Amino acid sequence: MSVTPVLAGLPVRTSVRSRLALAARRRSPVVAWAVLVPILVAALAPEALTASSPITIDPVNALLPPGGEHWFGTDQLGRDLFTRVVHGARPSLLLGLGATCLAVAGGAVFGLVAALGGRAADQAVMRVADILLSLPQLLVALLVITVLGGGTANVVLAIAVAFAPGYARIVRAEALVVRRSGYVEAARGLGLRRSTLIARHILPNALGPLLVLATVGFGTALIAGSGLSFLGFGTQPPAPEWGAMLSEGRDFLQTAWWIGLFPGAAVTATVIAVNVIGRSAQSRFTRRTP
Amino acid sequence: MKTPAKAVTGKAVPTPAEVAPSETSAAGATLPGTTPAEAVIAPGKGEKAGKASKGRRSRAVRAFARRLAAGIAVLYGAATLAFIALQLIPGDPVATLLGPATTASEEVRERIRAEFGFDRPVLLQYVGYLGRVVTGDLGSSYQLQRPVWQLIGDQLGATVQLAVAATVLAVLIALVSAVTTAGRRRGVRAVATAWELVAVSLPSYWLGILLLTAFSFQLQIFPVVGAQDLAALVLPALTLALPIAGVLAQVLREGLEAALAQPFAITARARGLSQTAVRLRHALRHAAVQLATLTGWLVGTLLGGAVLVETVFGRSGIGALTLQAVGNKDMPVVMGVVLLSAFVFVLISTAVDLLYAVIDPRLRAG
Repeated sequence: MSVTPVLAGLPVRTSVRSRLALAARRRSPVVAWAVLVPILVAALAPEALTASSPITIDPVNALLPPGGEHWFGTDQLGRDLFTRVVHGARPSLLLGLGATCLAVAGGAVFGLVAALGGRAADQAVMRVADILLSLPQLLVALLVITVLGGGTANVVLAIAVAFAPGYARIVRAEALVVRRSGYVEAARGLGLRRSTLIARHILPNALGPLLVLATVGFGTALIAGSGLSFLGFGTQPPAPEWGAMLSEGRDFLQTAWWIGLFPGAAVTATVIAVNVIGRSAQSRFTRRTP
Repeated sequence: MKTPAKAVTGKAVPTPAEVAPSETSAAGATLPGTTPAEAVIAPGKGEKAGKASKGRRSRAVRAFARRLAAGIAVLYGAATLAFIALQLIPGDPVATLLGPATTASEEVRERIRAEFGFDRPVLLQYVGYLGRVVTGDLGSSYQLQRPVWQLIGDQLGATVQLAVAATVLAVLIALVSAVTTAGRRRGVRAVATAWELVAVSLPSYWLGILLLTAFSFQLQIFPVVGAQDLAALVLPALTLALPIAGVLAQVLREGLEAALAQPFAITARARGLSQTAVRLRHALRHAAVQLATLTGWLVGTLLGGAVLVETVFGRSGIGALTLQAVGNKDMPVVMGVVLLSAFVFVLISTAVDLLYAVIDPRLRAG
């Protein structure tokens, strides 16, 4: 990786065709960001996009179809669906983001312990990871929820427990490679302390691929989080969370299709955008490190 | 990505434990959103065959013994995980097992206490619990007043039906999509990539709601909710299948493209075979090894997906049973489902191992 900055400045001759292919590859992340930015704005400052309240009930105007006054229609209690979808961005994204951060952090710690902590630690950590990975992630999350109970914090923790073993395995593999690399050996030869070695050399280099994968993992965590809310364990109604909104609106699908359409479309659009960005980051990363 | 031709030179049949880590080692496999191409590590790490071989039978016996041991290890691990989960629940374990809404008499409580030995040291409880699991006693749901294995047995049929239908559908969709689009013009490939991306990004519960709204409520082609006949199976199976089909199609298409670039594909074309025949007869077999690996792993996750899909469509089954048990903190049922899931995992890994030999004749010759 340290070689790249030197090479990056050099002019590279490319054919017209490969330049076109590159442009096509770069265009899709731009579209993805165009989708993601409004969603991020909705998460950070929902008031900027809509003035009404997501939980004010207005029974007279219940189940109105999408139109000029209510862009996404209204739900069974007359709440404006557009407002609720906008306000739902923050809790929904927080579920996915919290779970991913926690899973990556846990994965990094356990992966490093496995890679650098000796044979016994490696065996212990990786056998537990094997067991967790042999079960469906949703089932692992549900097992945690059975133990701890529902609620936003517990759902975040549950998804993190389900996802962390996968990250731990990557960190371990990366750390094993990095540990044997020349620069780590050189640093060790210079007499660096073990803790400095891990913090300054092994961890940053093992973390790169992990962060790229975590981008895509965030999409999966988002689906899992809103899925668990849909099942009734995460964010509780009347708080507007996309999965919880779908769950609430389920009984009215027959008469009001819009209740089922928009919150799910928000989840899907976010996940697709994140996946596109994650993949382009991934391919850029793999091109950089041969 | 390694081409299948190179990757499967080893004669060692991977044990479930070997299959498991190799499939899930990259986050791709554990996180369905990633490009599966990076996730799939081809099976068979490649034990050099040759002089060391002592005949086919002893190797088969050893492979079987290894697979059995690995399978038992997975089951033991799952049982231990379930036991630890039970220990971690705060509060009186007897109250936990009885559930929140109980009117159990002191007599019943005493019986549970004796059965699980809650007054004894944890290690003894653990040994006793393992002993009961080995003899097939998964305990009782005190909520539903029935043994766990009976509850699971009652619901298993509906979920197996759903899972089998979904798997068949997913593989079919992936096959059609990959065979028709692999190595074609850029426009065709772009369409394939786009639908694969959308499919892997769709939350299954939303897909279910959309299908339900479109085909049951608006067009009224399929029955709405609850019925258990074949027509009622179509939409849930499709819901479960589509995201999986997206992943499979992606991997299969990339595998096919790699195989079509191999010299044998050109040779076959030179022999006068049509483009389609080369795809179906030659390239597909190479790409199918990865398909088998990935399908095996994805079938394991169907049990998780069933929780959501059965909820959306109001079907009964293991998923609905699990959801109810989690909501009621009905720990014996949840523990039973965890064990069932581990058992399915072992079963599928073994089946995939056997499938390798069917797909790749070089693994049979040994």
